[in-house]
Amino acid sequence: MITMKDVYKAYPNGVTALNGISVQIDEGEFVYIVGPSGAGKSTFVKLILRETKATSGQIVVQSKDLTKLKERKVPYFRRNIGVVFQDFKLLPQLTVFENVAFALEVIEESKTVIRSRVMNVLEMVGLKNKARFLPNELSGGEQQRVTIARAIVNQPKIVIADEPTGNLDPETSWGIMRIFEEINARGTTVLMATHSKEIVNTIKKRVIAIEDGLIVRDEARGDYGYEI
Amino acid sequence: MDMKFSTISRHIKEGVKNLFRNGWMSIASLAAVTTTLILVAAFLAIMLNLNQMANKIEEDVQINVFIDQTADDVGIEKLGKDIKALDKVKTAKFSSKDEMLKSLMDSFGDEGKSFDLIKQDNPLNHEYKVKAKDPKDTPKIAKQIEKLDNVQEVNYQEDTIKRVFEFNKYARTVGLVLIIGLVFTAMFLISNTIKLTIMARSREIGIMKLVGATNSFIRGPFLMEGFLLGVLGSVIPIALILTGYYYLFDKLKDQIKFDFVDILPYNPFAWQLSLIVLVLGGLIGVFGSVMSIRKFLKI
Repeated sequence: MITMKDVYKAYPNGVTALNGISVQIDEGEFVYIVGPSGAGKSTFVKLILRETKATSGQIVVQSKDLTKLKERKVPYFRRNIGVVFQDFKLLPQLTVFENVAFALEVIEESKTVIRSRVMNVLEMVGLKNKARFLPNELSGGEQQRVTIARAIVNQPKIVIADEPTGNLDPETSWGIMRIFEEINARGTTVLMATHSKEIVNTIKKRVIAIEDGLIVRDEARGDYGYEI
Repeated sequence: MDMKFSTISRHIKEGVKNLFRNGWMSIASLAAVTTTLILVAAFLAIMLNLNQMANKIEEDVQINVFIDQTADDVGIEKLGKDIKALDKVKTAKFSSKDEMLKSLMDSFGDEGKSFDLIKQDNPLNHEYKVKAKDPKDTPKIAKQIEKLDNVQEVNYQEDTIKRVFEFNKYARTVGLVLIIGLVFTAMFLISNTIKLTIMARSREIGIMKLVGATNSFIRGPFLMEGFLLGVLGSVIPIALILTGYYYLFDKLKDQIKFDFVDILPYNPFAWQLSLIVLVLGGLIGVFGSVMSIRKFLKI
């Protein structure tokens, strides 16, 4: 599903973010990416989304070689991946329903498909009765659930979450994690960059630790492994 | 690029939304487009009419070749052949001195009758009236004809031609410079307006990219906004053309009546001019937004 071979990434300002990474992630896996800030986690995520290109090495996602993917094919590639951010990235002037529908509108789905799929995912994240609310009328956890709904509404094979619980209190975080587990249980590959020791140590999954641009640890049922 | 109807209607809806969101900047752009197009229309109306007049005058320009009184029929005929043999001559029409006298008498109306006295001893010359294929060659042809046998004198309206040509050239240059300047100002204002939209919607654009919207889909509303600004900016100019030219045409066609002044008729000219203005408005808008998209959207 995701394969990296000897991937290097140096930014134009001279910073080397990744220093030769090789990893294989299979379909249906749930993987935590951990490590200190600035270790290369964000770059790792950006490379898989093809937001940035590797300086050298090979990245294959869903049998697409990203080093050779043409610029105009990138949008179509992204439709296979759902993304969730720490800061939600919702549009404040749109309702919950419209925010989720937005992801389908811009890929030109028909109105009937949009309606049924959006209501389905809103039910799954438990926000069906708040479809007409605006984002700022919701709590942080609810807003994050809207983002998750938006990420999975076009039924991607991979969901990438960059610190999805970073802005939430522990209580709320567990609720969010339950949704990710359910998504994973339906066969979707989940990749989650996180700083939450509690979550990683409680919900045991594969852990990949990145430090100074290198993978220093890759365990099938690992621990967070850092103090803090 | 095949686009669904729902996509196009979405772009239009978003484009209109952007127009309102930018309020004063939209109005400033509209004012710029409107001013530009009014001036373009006025200039085009004047220019095309002048052109038409110039063409008419050019068409009327002819060389009068006065034939020597002493020339006999054979000589006259030979001269005619020689003139026609010249490279750039279109027609050479013979006009006898009796015909010349008659047309002279006619032009004086009743008083012309007094010329009857000299009818027996007509002092005028036989003439060839020569027209050039290209009116610009008239002076050259006149010089060549002067050298032929049996030619007494050659004349043509040298001054008129020169003045018409020069005035036209001058007006065209000044007008073009003015219009190009205005068109660019209008495009610049539109591109600035759209830059504001792009800034205001940068968050939205980022999300669109993440969920896999194609570049052309993202550009759509901005192109539409520019196009709408351009087309809306042409509404007032077109209204002015359709009413203004009507009155102008009505007045001018009676007041100035030299035989060469002949302004272009309302139908189809006013409609053609309106179409030009509409298309130009749309193009200004689209190019304005393309400038902005290339610079700020970077896709």
